[in-house]
Amino acid sequence: MNELIDFISNNLQMVYIVILMIFVGVEVIGNVPAVLHTPLMSGANAIHGVVIIGAILVMLGVDPDNILALSLGFVAVILGTLNVVGGFVVTDRMLEMFKKKK
Amino acid sequence: MEYIFSLEFIYFIASITYILGLKMLGRPETARRGNLLAAGGMTLAILGTIFLYQGEVSNFVYILIAIAILFGTVVGWVIAIKVKMTKMPELVSLFNGMGGASAALIGLIEFHHYSGEALSTSTILGGVIIGSISFSGSMIAWGKLNGTFNKPIRLPKYNLINNIILVGIVLFAVFMVYSGTNSELYLYLLFFAALAYGIMFVFPIGGADMPVVISLLNSFTGLAAALGGFLYGNMVMLTGGILVGSAGTILTFAMCKAMNRPLVNVIFGGFGDTGGTDEGKSSTIIGDIKKTTVSDAAILMNYSQRVIIVPGYGLAVAQAQHAIHELEQILINKGIDVKYAIHPVAGRMPGHMNVLLAETNVEYDKLAEMDDVNPEFKNTDVVFVVGANDVVNPAAHNDTSSPIYGMPILDVEDAKQIIVNKRSMNPGYAGIENELFYNQKTSMLFGDAKTVIQELISELKGM
Repeated sequence: MNELIDFISNNLQMVYIVILMIFVGVEVIGNVPAVLHTPLMSGANAIHGVVIIGAILVMLGVDPDNILALSLGFVAVILGTLNVVGGFVVTDRMLEMFKKKK
Repeated sequence: MEYIFSLEFIYFIASITYILGLKMLGRPETARRGNLLAAGGMTLAILGTIFLYQGEVSNFVYILIAIAILFGTVVGWVIAIKVKMTKMPELVSLFNGMGGASAALIGLIEFHHYSGEALSTSTILGGVIIGSISFSGSMIAWGKLNGTFNKPIRLPKYNLINNIILVGIVLFAVFMVYSGTNSELYLYLLFFAALAYGIMFVFPIGGADMPVVISLLNSFTGLAAALGGFLYGNMVMLTGGILVGSAGTILTFAMCKAMNRPLVNVIFGGFGDTGGTDEGKSSTIIGDIKKTTVSDAAILMNYSQRVIIVPGYGLAVAQAQHAIHELEQILINKGIDVKYAIHPVAGRMPGHMNVLLAETNVEYDKLAEMDDVNPEFKNTDVVFVVGANDVVNPAAHNDTSSPIYGMPILDVEDAKQIIVNKRSMNPGYAGIENELFYNQKTSMLFGDAKTVIQELISELKGM
């Protein structure tokens, strides 16, 4: 329990962000027409590709002689990039079709 | 000025683009710009992370990162461009799985750096568990939507088994944290157990519920990314991850609401179960269906003033979206008022039908949402139901024993005439009979949606 309280007071900024972001996420999605559910899910899918930042940090911090860690990190960066690039491109393709006719 | 070029500031900007981007994605007019904005923020964050990194990094590592990003970009881009619009849902699932796997791998690598530190270890193990479940679950969902695994496969007592596995995984992770172990064996054991759980969690769920599952796994991956952010104290991962986790959860509930399916039912079974039981049989409808021919259907449409088209899953499968648009144009040219009635869960995902029809340049205001169009059916001469079934099943209104009872539906039975195009009399996802087909006003037009619509078009052209 003490550990938890220590953790919260040591990381107050992050705790704030978590709580505020939960509300922002709820707020942002509220009242979205069902029409946009698929593109929205796809867009959100691309945004959690931000995990690639973690994968890059792993690679940057890893000991270059540690082949296993290096290869796992390499794969992680590829997968993260797929998530980001594929996610945004596919969302754009969906939304491109929503443009109004002239 | 220095602050402007700091990584923290870049992350701050990126986080804001995610929030604004997601907000803009919620409105048709701004959606595309919103997506591009978030993509821009992401690019900025990635470049910042690489080029503003404080520390010694060998060129070899930089080259590896560059290769990985380049490879991922090309492959991701090509897949996203090449895929057919009808295959969109499985693609979202696939990319979601990639993100989950990435999060799990990060945990696998970082584990031994932090062994002994309880909070960091729990963050890492959390990332490994959630990321792995999201990965293997998404892969199964992908396979299901692809048609690779059609039938839900259920072990006896699968709910019990799955829950035991999940509790086991959590307890094992707690044990690992408290014992402060640095055993790689335990770590990989946990990793594979979580992978197995993801498979067993999604396998029993039917294809119709996959969108909900994907949305749920989407928010899981967000959570896994956020855990990574916690570990590194990295704000952009934290904001992006939590944002998606929270937005994804709300979106999951919104989808469930559109289908009138409590989330618990989706996860712990429901649909399809009742079809084989006595409960399902009690609602069997006795009566005759009336078949019609293409030319009769064409005549009916030709002499009507208002036609509403109800597109469903069958239209998407038959890839008949271009054909239906052509049909609509011909009817409009004959001075007939034509609209599409879009059920929130028509197609393979909420909103999927809108995407498909938008692809064929159907005007946005021709697509009417359920609540707006329902009062209009009674003034409509002909409703043309193409490959839709459960979303027009009146049992949702008047059969309390029906598994879809209470689901909002399109009230097509209010129309003067109903033409239903289906391939056969096979029931829809819910595995139940549809009394609409036995309605006196209904005539059935059997056949592949695309073929039938093309025949209708040539009939109508000749009139």
